Amino acid sequence: MELWTITLLTVGMAAIATLVMLPPGLLLAWALSRGRFRGSVLLETFVSLPLVMPPVATGLILLMLLAPRGVLGGFLATLGIEIVFTWKAVVIAMAVMGLPLLVRTARAGFEQVDRRYEQVASTLGANPFRVFLTVTLPLALPSVMAAAVLCFARAIGEFGATMMIAGSIPGSTRTLAVAIYSFAETGRDTQAAQLVLVSGAIAFAALALSNWITARSGLRA
Amino acid sequence: MIDLDFTLRQGPFRLELHEQLEGGITALYGPSGSGKTTTLDAIAGIRRPSSGRIGVGDRVLFDAGRGIDLPPHTRRIGYVAQEPALFPHMSVRRNVLYGRRPGQKLSLEAVASMLEVGEFLDRRVPDLSGGERQRVALARALMSAPDVLLLDEPLAAVDVERRRRILPYLLRVRDDLGVPVIYVSHDRGEVDQLADRIIVLDGGRAVPERA
Repeated sequence: MELWTITLLTVGMAAIATLVMLPPGLLLAWALSRGRFRGSVLLETFVSLPLVMPPVATGLILLMLLAPRGVLGGFLATLGIEIVFTWKAVVIAMAVMGLPLLVRTARAGFEQVDRRYEQVASTLGANPFRVFLTVTLPLALPSVMAAAVLCFARAIGEFGATMMIAGSIPGSTRTLAVAIYSFAETGRDTQAAQLVLVSGAIAFAALALSNWITARSGLRA
Repeated sequence: MIDLDFTLRQGPFRLELHEQLEGGITALYGPSGSGKTTTLDAIAGIRRPSSGRIGVGDRVLFDAGRGIDLPPHTRRIGYVAQEPALFPHMSVRRNVLYGRRPGQKLSLEAVASMLEVGEFLDRRVPDLSGGERQRVALARALMSAPDVLLLDEPLAAVDVERRRRILPYLLRVRDDLGVPVIYVSHDRGEVDQLADRIIVLDGGRAVPERA
């Protein structure tokens, strides 16, 4: 039963993290795909940082920001919003760690969209926002879906940053990865092994789906 | 009246035009690299001149001196390129209706019957032949009720037989709709058949026609 709770909790929070990150992530990917602008290299580097930084380090930065005495956390505390060591902290850790994959994959998709379609749409009277919604986004849809799936898969496996800002509270912040660590550490090897199987299956399914989407769109083009 | 009075630099290439065009069909004629497509891009707002002015009727589209540079979507310029670039993810009907302006007089039926595209409105873009795509692209541009229609070698990818069949459609745009057309071509026969006036471009400048 516990296994079921942990799995559902993890999948649910990873889904929320992916959905929350989609609009800003796609906006970033689109902006970066439209060539150089002031600060674009810096922005791109910054977004990709969680990909290469130790996740615990990212987690510590988030903790310093979001703790009740932190810069953002202090402000949120005055509004009565508590972040650290709640499910919200898990979602934030997952979102931050998933963002690089989301942005990089979607950006590659936007870059492949032929600019002529966008130019034609604009001469037909479509403003840039409508061009994005009706032309760029649909034409890049396979990459956008693959990007969302990768972000979701990365979120499912999130461990380091989650441990730092959310801990391992059963039924609230104990995700698959965190639970595997907690169980293995306390000698509950059977449960740990079961969770390894579950997370392996989810990761496999997500990657297969992402690759299938990419391969299918490649065949069609 | 279309007022083209601008300079556009692109690396070592320099395009300089001082022309005032009345309605009807104006052909831009000249070898490749003479600035024909660049001229159309400047009118449509896809490339930005370094100085000068572009106006259509009493609307100023670009004026470097006054800092005016309307974005493409507010210019009301129809642009059909050599490659028709129909949106591949939409039906033909949605393509044609994409740029329809609210309150414009031109109906889908009128345009569809004029260009004879009615029969394939519900087809998918990949199922159309090259000539059919060109007519759909033309219909799509006309449905946005442009003040000027720009055509960049719309017949270059079409074989001679189809070409002969499409030419009358272009004349209908001029005669039935009264939309001024600027037409790029390096096919002299086509230009002579269609154009009311010819601007010969060479090396980025309009040159007097050689007899």
